[in-house]
Amino acid sequence: MTSVSDPISEIEDAAMRELAVISDATQLEAWRLSYLGRKGKLTRILRGLADLPLEQRRSLGAEANRIKLRLETAHREKLARFEQDRVAQVTEGERLDVTLPGPPLPRGGLHPITRTLQDVLRVFESMGFQVAEGPEIEWDYYNFEALRIPADHPARDMWDTLWIDCEREGRRSMLLRTHTSPNQIRIMERTQPPIRVVVPGKCYRFEATDPTHEWMMTQVEGLAIDDGISMADLKGTLAEFARRIFGEERKVAFRCDYFPFVEPGMELRIDCFICRGAGCRTCGRTGWIEILGAGMVHPEIIANAGYDPDRYTGFAFGLGIERIALLRHGVDDIRHFYANDLRFLQQF
Amino acid sequence: MRIPLRWLADYVDLMLPTEELARRLTTAGVEVGAIISSAGDWAGVTVAEVVDIKPHPDAERLVLVAVRLGDDRTQTVVCGAPNVAVGQRVAFGPVGTRYINGHTGERTILKKVKIRGVESAGMIMSEKELGISDEHEGIRVLPEDAPVGEPLASILGETIFDLDLTPNRPDLLSVLGVAREVAALSGSKVRDPSIVYEATGEPIRGRAQVDVLDRELCPRYVAALVEGVKIAESPAWMQQRLIAAGMRPINNVVDITNYVMLEMGQPLHAFDFAGLKDRRIVVRRARRGESLRLLDGMDRELSPEMLVIADGDDAVGVAGVMGGAESEVTEETKTVLLESANFRATSIRRTRQALKVETDASKRFEKGLSVHLPPIAAERAVKLMVEICGGRAAQGLIDITSGKPKDVRVTLTQERLQRVLGVELPSGEVRRVLEGLGFGCRWVPPDRFIVRVPYWRTDVSIADDVVEEIARIVGYDELPTTRLRGEIPPAQRQPMRELRERVRHALAASGLREVITYSLTDLPTLQKVLPPEDLATSPPLRIANPMSREFEYARTTLRGSILQALAKHIRVSGGHLISVFEAGRVYLRSDNDLPHEIETVCAALSGRKPNRWGQPTGEPAGFFEAKAHLEHVLAGLRVAAEYREAVEHPYLSGRTAEVAIDGRRVGLLGELHPRIAASFEIKQDVAMFELDLEALMPHVPETVHYEPVSPYPSVEEDLAIILDEDIPAGRVIGMIEDSHMVRSVSIFDVYTGPPVPKGKKSLAFSISFQSGAKTLTDEEVAEERRRIVQRLRRELGAELRS
Repeated sequence: MTSVSDPISEIEDAAMRELAVISDATQLEAWRLSYLGRKGKLTRILRGLADLPLEQRRSLGAEANRIKLRLETAHREKLARFEQDRVAQVTEGERLDVTLPGPPLPRGGLHPITRTLQDVLRVFESMGFQVAEGPEIEWDYYNFEALRIPADHPARDMWDTLWIDCEREGRRSMLLRTHTSPNQIRIMERTQPPIRVVVPGKCYRFEATDPTHEWMMTQVEGLAIDDGISMADLKGTLAEFARRIFGEERKVAFRCDYFPFVEPGMELRIDCFICRGAGCRTCGRTGWIEILGAGMVHPEIIANAGYDPDRYTGFAFGLGIERIALLRHGVDDIRHFYANDLRFLQQF
Repeated sequence: MRIPLRWLADYVDLMLPTEELARRLTTAGVEVGAIISSAGDWAGVTVAEVVDIKPHPDAERLVLVAVRLGDDRTQTVVCGAPNVAVGQRVAFGPVGTRYINGHTGERTILKKVKIRGVESAGMIMSEKELGISDEHEGIRVLPEDAPVGEPLASILGETIFDLDLTPNRPDLLSVLGVAREVAALSGSKVRDPSIVYEATGEPIRGRAQVDVLDRELCPRYVAALVEGVKIAESPAWMQQRLIAAGMRPINNVVDITNYVMLEMGQPLHAFDFAGLKDRRIVVRRARRGESLRLLDGMDRELSPEMLVIADGDDAVGVAGVMGGAESEVTEETKTVLLESANFRATSIRRTRQALKVETDASKRFEKGLSVHLPPIAAERAVKLMVEICGGRAAQGLIDITSGKPKDVRVTLTQERLQRVLGVELPSGEVRRVLEGLGFGCRWVPPDRFIVRVPYWRTDVSIADDVVEEIARIVGYDELPTTRLRGEIPPAQRQPMRELRERVRHALAASGLREVITYSLTDLPTLQKVLPPEDLATSPPLRIANPMSREFEYARTTLRGSILQALAKHIRVSGGHLISVFEAGRVYLRSDNDLPHEIETVCAALSGRKPNRWGQPTGEPAGFFEAKAHLEHVLAGLRVAAEYREAVEHPYLSGRTAEVAIDGRRVGLLGELHPRIAASFEIKQDVAMFELDLEALMPHVPETVHYEPVSPYPSVEEDLAIILDEDIPAGRVIGMIEDSHMVRSVSIFDVYTGPPVPKGKKSLAFSISFQSGAKTLTDEEVAEERRRIVQRLRRELGAELRS
């Protein structure tokens, strides 16, 4: 314990000596308290100044303040060095093997079809299409008849159907929808133009499965109706979709195709990204991959909806999500999607 | 439809390279699915002449055939074919030739071999060995004028377009129809086949009689008579074309009917006139109970919905589907009655579906053929019969039709064309395209075209059909591409979809793996996972024509599917914890309406909990691991659920909870009964939960309402009580939460065992007291805590644990 009468320079020397050998933050804090703290040696001197004669007060005060500043600076520097050392290197016992894994969190994830569907819907939503949904078990009327596919129409062969075992007026009339197109009719029944909708959902076909066929599938139906919508708009919309999903550099081509509920009808193809158009197994040696079917909504369907067919035109398209997922991920067999093998699903 | 290009070239000049032609056809809607080249593997195979046949010295059924080759060399071949004869032109393959082994069907390379001691210089090839057909009884005999030494490919080689056609274009089920497309796409002209012949026989009238009793189902019936035909093989060129198109040659008369069908698209039928009772054809509906043996040798039961071709007595054929065996043309046939008719498409389709027999004829009729076509096709066939079968054609045709069919005319305005395609096309181009396709096109100033549809285009009837014709020939890729403009419709919310997607994402984020399983299942699976009363009150919808028993019912629960997926995962998991979920619909029967499709979620997990390193520990995951996921989801939705013990098949009693919100059940949570697990071949504990999103939806707040964060400090207090073991902790928490001063309460210990008396348990809670209005004093907190303890004592018999 040093008294007020101790030569002040001795305090300074002792403080600097002690500080020099301090090696950790705890000692440093003790040092700070003993000299600069509220009850510290230097503080006490400064506090005692008031009792001294004016002259002594002046000289001692100046000296004490100089020392206080020096000790404070030295303390700050030492503290900063400790901090730096701590960041630079932990003590031996605290070092980690950073290659070890973290403790396990359960790792979940969405099905690849869900993911692909989301991506596809996002593209259309950004073009102003709204998402709607409809029933999976449908009336023959919506699935076929209202789409200009009456009973005994040869186009019915394009959709092998699973029927529900119940009859109405002696005929099977309920079915598992074979495509999402019934929603064209359902939407037109409840809305007025302008219409821009996409309808995702499961569809079903009576079909033997093989690497490219599955009896349950996920489709997205698109429908846009307005005054002034043309086939040029349909081509633009689909080309934009293809580029956003398959890449900016994709080339798209359109060919004539037939669906009873559109006129003209078309199919969208993209150049094969495996062989870049040269012809390979993926594209069946044609250089082109079929992506979806589309067309201008048949004027009869526009008229049946109660819209003026001379004024309103529109387009519709239907695309298969499994096919897009196959192509995007290079999956070689469509049956993987619903076989639910963990080793397959975990890759997504 | 197989279109041999050599045949096609009869009617149109093929000026484009094959690949380019295929590309243009495909783009225009006539999809060339494959280009088949039969000459692909015939390298080295040439035409040879059989100059001598000697018996094999050591084998009775083999002969030694001397063949003359192109360079006048003669080679000896050991041959076993019964039809080899001197003078024939044959296909000779030297050693090294690639061929198809007639017995194994495999591609092979011909090696130098001795057959029973005699060396063979090569082989005389059968159709099967050449890969043309399955014929392996004898060698393929080539036309007599085939030049010796020519590569076989130039004689027999065919390039064939295998077309994948759409059902609206029956006109393309013919070589001529495809020729019309080629002409339009390449700017050339079609050469129609000749239908001119000299009728040297008696007039048909009075010799044969045709009565059409059902004009509705048979709008037109044309009959021709050819007498004095000599039944024989048809000429090689015709056989070759039939084979190339995928048909089997039978005899000259039948081959001609098939040939003209392939050429023009009109199915024909040849009757042996002598086999027709009363020399009469009656087109009528089948009589009840009538049956008929068809050309395929099978007896078919007919019904009055079906149209038949009958003679004076009985049905001799099912109209438009298949002829009967009894009136078939045979080697004895002298006079042929040729039928070229038009039948109602829907009737043909229904009939062939009922009889389960699909023929080249029914395929064409059911798509709707032109009523103009029968007389043209009849005359074409008669001409060929006169030329090929040595017959005399009776004069005239019997042609029964309800009035002269009218041309279809369509008005197309420039405005419509532009509205649909988004571009104005010059009227000259429109005319050029339409006339190239055989349409008539007249420009009527100032703004429209009058378009006459050619008779074979039964699919074109409105202006937009004509627009498509123009667009597909110009090429869709040549038309402009624009971005959708115009007003974006007002948004309509899809709350169920939004909820389902939120739940789906939350489950995946909580660590569950999404699966998607089939919506159809079988009854045993549903019976395993549903209480019997559920199945009784809501029996699943059955599929009338299931693909298999496995997929016979529309599922009314996801439980079975998710357990099947889980079982599959467990087999490859090596004991690790498996956690899966599905978000999908179940289908509940409604009376006289579509089923109620309910969005549900089902999750299941099984396996042992992981340790620090992710390795399975000895401790199986169960109820609480499943609950953790469920709580994660519900917390994300900002709903507060209560869990009440429940008894529910197939869950394990005592480890099952009903999940309720505001007293309404929204789901179930629990461990699966081990017996049910075992029935899915799962031998370990399974915990599950399921949510009915329809029940959940009304409880999910649309938005979160902000509550001001209290600026006053909270006071944390622990509270440990001892109470009866069977009082659920949830009740205690509820009572503590009832205090207005309690901001939150959480449980941190559950203990049974000494020193807690038997039948009792100790629960420890951490309670946070806080007021939004002021700083709580120690006294206020102590007082409130006392009130809580008093209530717990009064209502639950709980005692403070000291």
